[in-house]
Amino acid sequence: MGKVMTVEEVVGRLESGMTVGIGGWGSRRKPMALVRGLLRSPLRDLTIVSYGGPDVGMLCAAGKVRRVVAPFVTLDSIPLEPHFRRARQEGSVEFTEYDEGMFMFGLLAAAHRLPFLPTRAGLGSDVMRVNPHLRTVRSPYGDGEELVAVPALTLDAALVHLHRADRRGNAQYLGPDPYLDDLYVKAAAGAYVSCERLVDTADLLKEGPVQSLLVSRSMVTGVVEAPGGAGFTACEPDYGRDEEAQRRYVETPWEEYVRSEQG
Amino acid sequence: MNRADVCVVACAEVFRGDGEILAAGIGGAVTVLGARLARLTFEPDLLTSDGTCLLTGDVPALGEAPEVVEGWLPFRDHLWLVLNGRRHVMLGASQIDRHGNTNISCIGDWSRPRAQLLGVRGAPGNTRCDPTSYWIPRHSPRVFVPEVDVVSGVGTDRGAYGLRRVVTDLAVLDLGGPGGTMRLVSAHPGVSVAEVVAATGFELDVPADVPETRAPTAEELRLLDEVLDPRGLRHREVPEPRAGRAGAGGGAGAGEGAGAAGGAA
Repeated sequence: MGKVMTVEEVVGRLESGMTVGIGGWGSRRKPMALVRGLLRSPLRDLTIVSYGGPDVGMLCAAGKVRRVVAPFVTLDSIPLEPHFRRARQEGSVEFTEYDEGMFMFGLLAAAHRLPFLPTRAGLGSDVMRVNPHLRTVRSPYGDGEELVAVPALTLDAALVHLHRADRRGNAQYLGPDPYLDDLYVKAAAGAYVSCERLVDTADLLKEGPVQSLLVSRSMVTGVVEAPGGAGFTACEPDYGRDEEAQRRYVETPWEEYVRSEQG
Repeated sequence: MNRADVCVVACAEVFRGDGEILAAGIGGAVTVLGARLARLTFEPDLLTSDGTCLLTGDVPALGEAPEVVEGWLPFRDHLWLVLNGRRHVMLGASQIDRHGNTNISCIGDWSRPRAQLLGVRGAPGNTRCDPTSYWIPRHSPRVFVPEVDVVSGVGTDRGAYGLRRVVTDLAVLDLGGPGGTMRLVSAHPGVSVAEVVAATGFELDVPADVPETRAPTAEELRLLDEVLDPRGLRHREVPEPRAGRAGAGGGAGAGEGAGAAGGAA
């Protein structure tokens, strides 16, 4: 069965108050076409789970976010994300700040339907202080080591952008790094994949090896064809980061930026 | 010999004896050059990356793609490697205290920060699980503080796996002082001990005899100039100090410094 949707149809499946995971990493292969769809929607009070980049910044600027769950928010070539920064400094969003490895274990736990996974990452740091909900567990084996029990980052919805997909939701990455996109999909009740190009299933292996088939249709709710749909973030090998567009995003006041995007 | 060359060699020295592990330099030109220089000279078994997910078979110049690739380390495997521990990372810090606790998260009260920075990134796991060193390009009391606002990287009093060295534009330090506190190891050529002490916002353990940081060899200078950094990017990160002012206290935005440092990225 085909699952091809428009951006608006994907956004129509989401509800205010949902926990939404957004794939990519920093300012790399973010599903920006879907994020821009969220910006145009009436949705609000979202919890955004992300190795954060401009996705987090834009959604904060547009007043869509109640809570951010992230180990960082950065634009990579521009270290600090201006809108996330302002939101934090104005106190307009809540923040669950995790170590990068803890964050991955939270997604892994959710993907495996486990309540938590133990790790050393976070022990001794202020991550434990600023997240009073976090608990530790003691190893039941001889070592008796105390570890952080990272709770599952279970998602209502996942949004990811990949290079190719078929109409049923099998999706492929062609760049050097898959990031954690498959984990977001597996951690979510509903997963939506945008892609640079829809192709026939029989053509998927023409551009990459079988190992590049990152996401299986059994995990996918909707597929959107969105050429350039990660821009201005990087989507190698189809395109690199548009540094000029990113600079304009950083330097332009938000309302003016939104107007210029619509115009 | 410039100050930047001394700093790169001091960063290379932190990897001496590490063997066949990943030397991860994060936070600009100097740490990356340090790792690559160590690999090209006294620590040839080190693994180094292109700054993204490729482990390079050769050792390219800054910003150049490798001609030979020997391995693949996407972010998910980088995060595995952090827990595995076969990695020595050189992080940055916007604040560091005398036990080597560091902050890259935010300045001020965490619940409503005065200045939001990057977030803790991978610093908690890195410091708990891997040998860690730091590169601080502006040694000043704004960075070397009595207490950091948010402990991102853990220090010797909070269960750090092993903090090796802190290299700055003025000196080399370690955590070998009493109770795992910061100790002056060497001062860079042209920098006095008094200058280092004045640029440090907590009590620093200063041995009776503080040597000068070693100068680069002729071969190291040739490798930096001709092979690794022909464009001289290290000199932008560490400007040559003007006479009578060794760089202390300049601190242009030191609280927001350290750039993209700190993560597994």
